[in-house]
Amino acid sequence: MGDRIYLDHAATTYTKPEVLEEMLPYFTENYGNPSSVHSFGREARKAMDLARERTARALHTDPGNIFFTGSGTEADNWAVKGAALANRKKGNHIITTSIEHHAVLHTCRYLERNGFEVTYLAVDKYGLVDAEQVRNAITDQTILISVMTANNEIGTIQPIREIGTIAKEKGILFHTDAVQAIGSVPIDVEEMNIDLLSLSAHKFYGPKGIGALYMRKGVKVQQILHGGAQERNRRAGTENLPAIVGLGKAIELAVQDIPGHNARLEALRDRLITGILSTVEHTRLNGHPERRLPGNVNFSFEFIEGEALLLSLDIKGIAGSSGSACTSGSLDPSHVLLAIGLPHEIAHGSLRLTLGENNTEEEVDYVLEVLPQVVQKLREMSPLFNQQKGGLEYV
Amino acid sequence: MYSEKVMDHFINPRNVGEIENPDGVGEVGNARCGDIMKVFLKIENDVIVDVKFKTFGCGAAIATSSMSTELIKGKTIDEALAVTNKTVAESLDGLPPVKMHCSVLAEEAIKAAIEDYRKKQREK
Repeated sequence: MGDRIYLDHAATTYTKPEVLEEMLPYFTENYGNPSSVHSFGREARKAMDLARERTARALHTDPGNIFFTGSGTEADNWAVKGAALANRKKGNHIITTSIEHHAVLHTCRYLERNGFEVTYLAVDKYGLVDAEQVRNAITDQTILISVMTANNEIGTIQPIREIGTIAKEKGILFHTDAVQAIGSVPIDVEEMNIDLLSLSAHKFYGPKGIGALYMRKGVKVQQILHGGAQERNRRAGTENLPAIVGLGKAIELAVQDIPGHNARLEALRDRLITGILSTVEHTRLNGHPERRLPGNVNFSFEFIEGEALLLSLDIKGIAGSSGSACTSGSLDPSHVLLAIGLPHEIAHGSLRLTLGENNTEEEVDYVLEVLPQVVQKLREMSPLFNQQKGGLEYV
Repeated sequence: MYSEKVMDHFINPRNVGEIENPDGVGEVGNARCGDIMKVFLKIENDVIVDVKFKTFGCGAAIATSSMSTELIKGKTIDEALAVTNKTVAESLDGLPPVKMHCSVLAEEAIKAAIEDYRKKQREK
């Protein structure tokens, strides 16, 4: 066990050495522009083609349906804005959920300001969307359904296959933000009836600053970045080749053994959840008890605030994150925690710990030792917490 | 993002706790917004002889609570009333802009506690 424990893999992961190794020559030796005719360009093009093939294979589709972007956010923007604008004549209604990532939510808000109508579906207390609710929200104006595969904060995995079936049946485009899901949730875009899918390499041990959008052949999506003829005339800008190579390698590794990866992480996750719930009173698990990402743990500790908790854990060498307002830069706590029905004061006391491939049981046990002490220390300082003889109560 | 002084007062907060039969108590903020500070004062001859606090809030809220109680301990009421949020923030070598409201909370909690003391005095 090192001197620091990283439990924030949903924020970003390290780049795997074997991924970095494949990337490096494309900075210094094979630095050609994939659009160039000469041998430098051809080498670069070949590497890009391989990355596209690897990405396509991971999603069970053809390489021609994969388009590289600068981030998961760009892929979400492209999918949602691009599909809305291209299908404007068919209708102006979009269905999404209240717990999407801001890359989708804020894009939808933007579209609302520009004449589109958006339905933000509510979720249940576990953060789950009901596929039938999606069906009921469809009108003759609906042109796009966008529901994330798995939530970044609470890890809840959505019934994507069911929603895909409904979308197909009704002839409506279906986009899913799979940024958190790649490598944990098996994806088959054909079987799951997904038309558009966003992903981002730095969530599965690839580099930052590179994402991809899967677009089913024939779906109408407008171009967002105009300029050169890159990405088959769909996304202008010289390709970030080293990062594309990294994405290709990383996604190949990520889908190699999803069941094995999940089993390992789930064991650590459940050890952490069970350990904390059994030792720290007035704690709740946010997200679904079963339908959750294998590496995701999200608690609310009553009577304390999340940022103070993060700082205290950081001092002890544990890196996590929180949905508290004090960590978001806004006055409100996380929209996801509010959407699952948490009162503000409970949402402020949230802690997200997301496990990754390098975490060990020893590290989890260290967290189980330290976290209860840290929570106790903050509670003793809190005016909301009053330790009575033999019990606790709200003041 | 936080100064060393803020971290010091966050890790080792001074004057945490409650005072039994306090001469003045002030509580400001609310749980919905994510911070509450409660101040307890022991006052003799208009001098704050003891002060304790309890705070629900972020690192800056706890550090400003700690620092503000240090600033008023042993001071007269008038001196304590002269402590502003700016004084608290400066004593901590500054706060990030988004956290300045925490120092306001500290100032308000102290003022509320002194107000409570004065009200009790008038009722005597």
